[in-house]
Amino acid sequence: MHSYDYGLILAFFALVLLPAPWLGRFYYKVMEGQRTWLSPVLGPVEKVCYRIAGVDPATEQSWQKYTLALLVFNLVGFVLLFAILLLQQYLPLNPQQLPGQEWTQAFNTAVSFVTNTNWQSYSGEASLSYFSQMAGLTVQNFVSAATGLAVLVALCRGISRRSAHTLGNFWVDMTRATLYGLLPLCLVLALFLVWQGVPQTFAHYVNAVTLQGADQVIPLGPAASQIAIKQLGTNGGGFFGVNSAHPFENPSAWSNLFELASIILIPVALVFTFGHYVKDLRQSRAIIACMLALFLIGGGTALYAEYQPNPALNSPLVEQSAPLEGKEARFGTTGSVLWTETTTSASNGSVNAMHDSLNPLTGMVALVNMMVGEVIFGGVGAGLYGMLLNVLIAVFLAGLMIGRTPEYLGKKLQAREVQLLVVTLLVMPVGVLVLGSIAAVLPSAVASVSNPGPHGFSQVLYAFTSASANNGSAFAGLNANTPFYNLMLGLGMLIGRFGYILPVLALAGSLALKKSAPIGQNSFPTHGPLFVALLTVTILLVGGLTFLPTLALGPIAEHLTLGF
Amino acid sequence: MTTFLRPALSLMLLMTAITGVIYPLTVTGIAQLAFPEQANGSLVRDNTGKVLGSALIAQDFSGDGWFHPRPSAGAFATVASSASNLAPSNPALATRVKDSAAQLAVPGQGPVPLALLTTSGSGLDPHLPPEAIRYQLARVAAARSLPVQAVEQLVAEHIEQPLVGPPVVNVLLLNRALAQLNN
Repeated sequence: MHSYDYGLILAFFALVLLPAPWLGRFYYKVMEGQRTWLSPVLGPVEKVCYRIAGVDPATEQSWQKYTLALLVFNLVGFVLLFAILLLQQYLPLNPQQLPGQEWTQAFNTAVSFVTNTNWQSYSGEASLSYFSQMAGLTVQNFVSAATGLAVLVALCRGISRRSAHTLGNFWVDMTRATLYGLLPLCLVLALFLVWQGVPQTFAHYVNAVTLQGADQVIPLGPAASQIAIKQLGTNGGGFFGVNSAHPFENPSAWSNLFELASIILIPVALVFTFGHYVKDLRQSRAIIACMLALFLIGGGTALYAEYQPNPALNSPLVEQSAPLEGKEARFGTTGSVLWTETTTSASNGSVNAMHDSLNPLTGMVALVNMMVGEVIFGGVGAGLYGMLLNVLIAVFLAGLMIGRTPEYLGKKLQAREVQLLVVTLLVMPVGVLVLGSIAAVLPSAVASVSNPGPHGFSQVLYAFTSASANNGSAFAGLNANTPFYNLMLGLGMLIGRFGYILPVLALAGSLALKKSAPIGQNSFPTHGPLFVALLTVTILLVGGLTFLPTLALGPIAEHLTLGF
Repeated sequence: MTTFLRPALSLMLLMTAITGVIYPLTVTGIAQLAFPEQANGSLVRDNTGKVLGSALIAQDFSGDGWFHPRPSAGAFATVASSASNLAPSNPALATRVKDSAAQLAVPGQGPVPLALLTTSGSGLDPHLPPEAIRYQLARVAAARSLPVQAVEQLVAEHIEQPLVGPPVVNVLLLNRALAQLNN
């Protein structure tokens, strides 16, 4: 590690941690409809939206109505995007005259972007028109993140309200999250990225004749605007096929730093938003401490693993240093590993180095980050509602240990809440183990594997983990553009998204109805170091025990056979 | 259901207009005014204005007189770019790396820098670490009948050292400067 490596790490933590308390308060004010400095500009836009949509922003919804609104909105988004992808040759802004996607791929892509997964079985510059990227994918990048934020604030209201029958208004929450929460930050980041070298134009691809006289096509497009929301909305779907490894998508060490920080800027801030909802910022600090601990354990392990030279390349003619296959020179090892750790912690899924070529234990850290359910900061909104489920599970476990009815912030957890928690515990195992096992025994699915030995199994495991965790990164050697993977991974993404959202909203509704019990001596405090430790162990045990056998068959076996 | 359809449809279309049309157009407008070079692909042109390539996209240089970039898994294809995605345990990786090392090794200069033996994530990596450039210095200087010091000087001028990332040299820009040096 050199001084610039430490520079990158320090700058990264400063950029995500320092603005978080302020930004978290901003999100609270926005989602509760209070005035902010952006209101004079965006207030009128918001009002026009409600008038056209026939929405009364003052009317609140029960959890059932809130859920139904969310589902209908997501369904409409899916149908619209599916149609755009199928029919792009008849739509405008298609200078390369690209044909529409095949239907299973269009299904996969549409599900992928609606569920905030952004798994890609296509390569953007070779198969999507500017219109599809802009009016199709960019829009879902915004509203899928806004949907996650809406579900989070519904849960926050459920926890903080007493004897309440409503959770807010989905239309209002989605609109505010998009307009105030995402758009302004995206505008700033997009312009910074153009300054660093990301293209933003509607011109045709450029034909160049190289210094040595060869023809070269230079792909362009409105890339910066899409990349900004792809990072900030924890989406991760690249404008170009190789994602943030592409020099046009991530041109410099500085763009790398800011794209990295953008991945978890909002998820970190939202932990403070939660603190404002429950009027107790100590809860936020406890959750941040747990997330940071898990992030540092994973990041530290990954950095150590990736700095080991690959024993298979041992030769007097070959420089023995940290592996560079699949990595870009301008990011180096630290800039690539920090990205891997961040993008898999945060359900972003963009990559700046090819995860398939990472050392086995680095790849395993990426897998574990996703397997624990994307709760280490996690996706916009989705990360924290996932983490709050773990908090409730930890509270329940603590309740069993001390033999009292568990309660969190004055709300008693009873049979219904625990049943809903158990449903969410099943989401990742079903998505990864059940769907993944089908792929692992089906010869036509195994044919998509591109690397021999245990790593081939890791490729399939990674695909289903990434889809179910709504991450979107890949061991990309796997040929995922087959009808089987397009449909099965699409199913995994739907299970992973709505398998959490539905129980979370039901839980929010159930908690909102409860009276608040006075917090007395009998309550288990949820803001101290003891609880942070209990929460961290709970997350690792619940995720770890479920998936340990698969890790032993994949990355651990590969690590041992390589002879590190 | 129908009471939800109107807000769902109209908000989806409104969001498409705002985030899918107005937002990218605004960014394009400002970017084209403030950073026209970068917004249009950081194109490199010759004296007559003909496009030679992009400063950010690698070109396939061959022959002794040019600095070679990192090898590309996609043969420098730009539509679409691609990576090898070879696992560290894949025997194909070790075979390829050792074969190219045997070809590229310069006696007396030690092992070949890993950056010259491994393909990048994008297949279009425009940069090399300075030591991978220096490894090729003697060959390039000899082929162009230039004094080694002059080429060394040129390389030193092309090293970029950001505070938050490793030092790199842009191969296309270096080679262009090299061609001008010869003229």
